[in-house]
Amino acid sequence: MEKLQSLTAHRLKELIEKGDVRPSNILSDLFDRIKALDGKVKAFVRVNKPDAAEADRVNKAGKLAGIPITIKDNICVKDEETTCASKILADFKPPYDATVIKKLRAEGAILMGKSNMDEFAFGSSCETSCYGPTKNPWDLERIPGGSSGGSAAAVAADETILALGSDTGGSIRQPASLCGVVGLKPTYGRVSRYGLIAFASSLDQIGPITKDVEDAALLLGVIAGHDEMDSTSVDVPVPDYKRSLVKDVRGLRIGVPKEYFIKGLDKEVEDSVRGAINVLKDLGAKIVDISLPHTEYAVSTYYIIAPAEASSNLARFDGVQYGHRAKTSKDMIDMYIKTRSEGFGNEAKRRILLGTYCLSSGYYDAYYLKAQKVRTRIREDFDKAFGACDLVVTPTSPTAAFKIGEKMDDPLSMYLSDIYTIPANLAGLPAMSIPCGFSKNSLPIGMQILAKPFDEETIFRAAYTFEQNTEFHKQKPKL
Amino acid sequence: MNYETVIGLEVHLQLSTNTKAFCGCSTKFGQPPNSQTCPVCLGFPGSLPVLNEEAFNYAIKVALALNCKIQDLIKFDRKNYYYPDLPKNFQISQYDMPLSYDGFVDISSGAKRKRIRIKRVHLEEDAGKLMHPAGENYSLVDYNRGGMPLLEIVTEPDLSSPEEAYDYLTKLKSILGYLKVSDCDMEKGSLRCDANISVRPRGETKLGTKVELKNMNSFKGVKLGLEYESKRQVAAIGDNEKLVQETRLWDVEKNITVSMRSKEEAQDYRYFPEPDLVPFVVDKITIEKVRKDLPELPEAKTDRFVKEFGLSEYDANVLTSDVDFAGYFETCARSYKNAKTIANWLMGDIMAQMNTRNAGIKELGLTADGLVALLKMIDSQAISGKMAKEVLLEAIETKKDPAIVVKEKGLSQISDSSKIEEVVSVVISREAKTVADYKNGKKAAITFLIGQIMKETRGKANPGLVNEILKKKLGE
Repeated sequence: MEKLQSLTAHRLKELIEKGDVRPSNILSDLFDRIKALDGKVKAFVRVNKPDAAEADRVNKAGKLAGIPITIKDNICVKDEETTCASKILADFKPPYDATVIKKLRAEGAILMGKSNMDEFAFGSSCETSCYGPTKNPWDLERIPGGSSGGSAAAVAADETILALGSDTGGSIRQPASLCGVVGLKPTYGRVSRYGLIAFASSLDQIGPITKDVEDAALLLGVIAGHDEMDSTSVDVPVPDYKRSLVKDVRGLRIGVPKEYFIKGLDKEVEDSVRGAINVLKDLGAKIVDISLPHTEYAVSTYYIIAPAEASSNLARFDGVQYGHRAKTSKDMIDMYIKTRSEGFGNEAKRRILLGTYCLSSGYYDAYYLKAQKVRTRIREDFDKAFGACDLVVTPTSPTAAFKIGEKMDDPLSMYLSDIYTIPANLAGLPAMSIPCGFSKNSLPIGMQILAKPFDEETIFRAAYTFEQNTEFHKQKPKL
Repeated sequence: MNYETVIGLEVHLQLSTNTKAFCGCSTKFGQPPNSQTCPVCLGFPGSLPVLNEEAFNYAIKVALALNCKIQDLIKFDRKNYYYPDLPKNFQISQYDMPLSYDGFVDISSGAKRKRIRIKRVHLEEDAGKLMHPAGENYSLVDYNRGGMPLLEIVTEPDLSSPEEAYDYLTKLKSILGYLKVSDCDMEKGSLRCDANISVRPRGETKLGTKVELKNMNSFKGVKLGLEYESKRQVAAIGDNEKLVQETRLWDVEKNITVSMRSKEEAQDYRYFPEPDLVPFVVDKITIEKVRKDLPELPEAKTDRFVKEFGLSEYDANVLTSDVDFAGYFETCARSYKNAKTIANWLMGDIMAQMNTRNAGIKELGLTADGLVALLKMIDSQAISGKMAKEVLLEAIETKKDPAIVVKEKGLSQISDSSKIEEVVSVVISREAKTVADYKNGKKAAITFLIGQIMKETRGKANPGLVNEILKKKLGE
């Protein structure tokens, strides 16, 4: 019999429903795998030991009955450590479940543990974690991408069946691309952020990281929906995403923005993505050349808005109520300074400083306000483009996975890893990364598919059709 | 040189909604520390605010009652600063687009009427409370108050004396009392007031150097603080001292103001739009509904009292200054015709009792029916006016109905002429000498006889009847 840990959620669901497999069997295979591999991959920061008998008693009617899932460490799970991979939240146990966790529990999913990430999701390589870096299962010398690197690596290494990540500027899609798995950032407001420890409130979204498109549709169907606890979640009915899984892209208009195929884009990545576009074309999609003229400002716009919001969101980590507090301090101010100096890593400090500066009186108009204006332009670019096409296809990341340590001393070059993913966050659009090729070093390459707000269905349709006609998603790293 | 004072007031008002501004926690006072908290008002990681509709509606109600315009688009901002009573280290507030603006309140200072412009009214969340245990090197924080809805009401610098500031606060409190949106209790902290004050030579149009004055705990404190500060500033100018823009605190013990921080030390709050709350457009129909549902406000009530009950404007003004007081008057007036008499009693003995007991009309425990019954007893001469005053005191003291007090004390007046005649006869026969004096032209002797009659009846005899019957009998 096949090893259960390498199967998809939808396949395991069938097997559980037929009675061929029990959830405890899956867990046992997964834990063997984690035991054997995670010392090398380091995808997990905490592994739960769900009770096998209890797992088998799960409500079979649930959409994810008995399916194990791994949660990024910035999503609150009641009474379980949730640290954002930061020393400042050491030992923090939230007194409540994030809305997505409640939904997962209600549908019978089994929480396997917490995955590694860049500290507070600040990074594109999973190297800023206080627990140390996660390795790319395809090449342990390389980074898995970030910030949801642990979730992507766990899925790629078959250490979990499903995973949740969060995406502020590409944190689901870029690691999915670099680890050869599927990652979806839903439309802003599609999934409740209640219980997601905020990085940048106006950009953050929780989304699935999975082995194939069908699993992404299954998982999104469970976590999506309006939440009274999150004012930014939108009250739009959640469609049955399974219906979007049709093998047909005939007549779909696919926009290819010229601004995304520029200097800095690795040749192998470009070839793979263009190859993928041709596959879609051969399957009947109509390819349209489009322009998104404000693309070049996306990264700088993002690096004003995101740190500005982060500087305020992270102000609460002060040692007063929870998390790390400096052992000795002279007075209140000294406690703040010491606690935050000790608790935050360098990248977090860099972004807090950057954001604080941008919001300071005298600079606000020149930076924050200006960035908001550019953000509007970027959104308008997409509005216009979607008049001419149904989807936009681009590379997910300009390069395949880079070496651990390679960009740690060069933040600007690190920030450019998200050059293709950031615009979707600024515009609030849904975007998915799916495997579309391999470099000659056998490193995965991802293609990004973007759609209009709340049109995840068309993304699923195109991605599913592509996947059913290619073999990239079936490749597994040799571990 | 002759100086004038320029004052603007900033009032923070805690709204008496059932739940907090952005979560479902109770707003009840006096509960054990941190018992009324949740992940949202504790600012726990991952929690998100959701606007309390009731708080918003209260805010709109106040804004409309203060004649303000309502913003088309409602948005909230974050005010960032570090302090342990602020769990997120930012306060959800409104910065460049307050929910309402450009209103006014009319005040009457003495005989003068004056319009005070309202610059803005905005909604924000309150902070927690720090406690510093004596002799300890730590502080404690109670977040029960954290996240309670707070309304900030800011005037233009239209107040030109501490008295006007006092009158404005009184008027504002009166209006807010009518709206029933807050306790308005400065001692409990549900109403707080900061002031901006400067002085300038009379006739000068440019504003002088502004001082922000904080830490006043009562309306009287506001007045005293402003009086002190105005004098201090004028004296400083006289001494050729340079005034600095600063924040000063009113020291209620020493009756002085002391510098807290200068403008240079002022914080940069790094305001930016609150990304966790989506800006929304207020439904015009909702606003009109709130406007329609506004209660009759003090001025309208004053006018009506003048017209309907024939009261003087002064009386009507006093009666309508407090919504409960006005309501009490009206209840009485429904079952007692002479409105002026009611007004006199309310504004006289009853108000005096309210003041000495520092109580509202409701806390006094005297029902409107009770008062009306008392007034009717005077009219029917069942008791004298003097007795009524005693009964009133006793009723308030013992929380008993005036009619019961009269009965229990056996106070009711003797107006039965046959009974009085009996007593008069007894006294006349007993005091033959005085009667003779009277008959011999010593008219003053009658006072003694009346005194004897009142003594016999323990003061309960109807004085008019006693006088009449006695004279009749002496004349026989």
